[in-house]
Amino acid sequence: MSGKLIEIRWHGRGGQGAVTSAELVAQAAINEGKYAQAFPSFTPERRGAPVLAFNRINAEEPIRSRAEVYRPDIVIILDATLLGILDVTSGLKDGGTVIINTKKSVEQIRAEFGINGRVATVDASRIAQEAGIPAVNTTMIGALIKATNVITFEGIKEPLERRFARVAERNLKAMERAYQETVIRE
Amino acid sequence: MAKRVGLEVSVAVGDAAKLADVDVVAAYPITPQTHIVEHLAELVANGELRAAYIPVESEHSAMSACLGASAVGARTFTATASQGLELMHEVLYVASALRLPIVMAVVNRALSAPISIWCDHSDAMAVRDSGWIQMFVENGQEAVDNVICAFRIGEDRRVLLPVMIHLDGFSLSHVIEPIILPEQSEVARFLPPYDPPLPLDPEKPVTVGAFAPPFIYTEVKWAQEMTLEGAKEVILECWREFANTFGRHYSPVESYRTEGAKVLLMTMGSLSETAMVAVDKMRDEGKEVGLIKLRLWRPFPFAELRQAVRDAEVLIVLDRALSFGGPGGPVCSEVKAALYREARRPEVVGFVGGLGGRDISMADFEEMVNQGIKLAEAGSEREFEIFGVRE
Repeated sequence: MSGKLIEIRWHGRGGQGAVTSAELVAQAAINEGKYAQAFPSFTPERRGAPVLAFNRINAEEPIRSRAEVYRPDIVIILDATLLGILDVTSGLKDGGTVIINTKKSVEQIRAEFGINGRVATVDASRIAQEAGIPAVNTTMIGALIKATNVITFEGIKEPLERRFARVAERNLKAMERAYQETVIRE
Repeated sequence: MAKRVGLEVSVAVGDAAKLADVDVVAAYPITPQTHIVEHLAELVANGELRAAYIPVESEHSAMSACLGASAVGARTFTATASQGLELMHEVLYVASALRLPIVMAVVNRALSAPISIWCDHSDAMAVRDSGWIQMFVENGQEAVDNVICAFRIGEDRRVLLPVMIHLDGFSLSHVIEPIILPEQSEVARFLPPYDPPLPLDPEKPVTVGAFAPPFIYTEVKWAQEMTLEGAKEVILECWREFANTFGRHYSPVESYRTEGAKVLLMTMGSLSETAMVAVDKMRDEGKEVGLIKLRLWRPFPFAELRQAVRDAEVLIVLDRALSFGGPGGPVCSEVKAALYREARRPEVVGFVGGLGGRDISMADFEEMVNQGIKLAEAGSEREFEIFGVRE
């Protein structure tokens, strides 16, 4: 049963929208007929301080665990300045994926922070800025779709519209561009 | 057709109150309950819910406003947590004794000091004897379904009592998960409008809850006790009808994989779901372990509990609250009392854990079962064990 369960940990700073990202991803998965959870790290959050959010997704079975996520399959980092101060790969499963918003190449990230295994990078800050959206959280969902198959663009549309109404289209465009520009190294 | 959507459990609880077509919401925001009443305030402000939303300056006032609203015959809802529930304390007893079917979602949170915003059941246990019907839910769907059931149960002429729906703070309230919201028309058929027997009416003034000298107070309290005890039949009837209408089944005590189980674990609230995963793993390994989930807390389901545990050798009860200087966890002492007169009963081992949001993982439940079996065999001088504490 646990083989089909995918756990995601989002790293961001308060105000960057990590919790919203997790929420949108869960809603997308649920719209696709899957089972999913999204939850924040349950701490009093402050703008700018490191925050966590989580997803559990299971394509086939209802999710029962309500414990914390200890062994994520996927880690997503919305803010590269967290790389130097946190062990972002803590608990990451063997064969797991790390997705980072950074200007740097995967090779530079490996050399500088010693992150081995499957790594995906994208300059989501630039993409979001050029798209005229104030946060990278939705843009990074494009990188998640590229690097994994946990959700699809089809599934994310409705939650995006529900959440962002008129600016949903702009977020979707940034997401699609991030999908194109994400570089993955095994 | 009711749709399956990804919703935050708190928002879904607010939606359930809307589906129940509440007339009055009086509440004061407190973490982790805030999203429920925020959502209701929004629904009222948007005109999506035709109800009076009464913002108050404290939980004591919130419950007092609920008393007044319910007494004139309004369908009344509120939500609170932790210190908020404690501040309501004296008014809770008035609500049950005046037989006012208010429904309240309690988003369980630890009590101060030190301040903790995280989940345990200390708040619920402190109001155990307040005369309210009380149940614990383990996921968002159960919360939604039972908020709707709570109005039908509480407003039944045979009951007329307030109902608390306990849901775990954060680990339930703040999770986005798949929830089926029933259609308004289906809920309207299941839950008829509240028809209060004796509403306050300025045309026919009466006094309620007045002075009761010693010659009558005992009789009033005994009537209240008999009503609460008798409410169980109405609760069972409501859940049967709910299953017929909506296809989801509820019972006061639920057994999970208990066939032939020598060892039973017992939980209440959202941890039950994690415990189910742990039981699955132990069963796969050939261990004869099952799970008992307690949903109905007041009135306590004595007969159902005795029936559910009678064939087990060891019963391991997890409490998320301490009774200081007492016998450990309130649930465990209740279970022991329920089994006292049984000729055949399991050895009961009590653990207190998950206090102030301390996580209990699947591995922790396995560890608890292993420790519980050892304690049952060796015997213990202590009334309970505190799980995972650093001494």
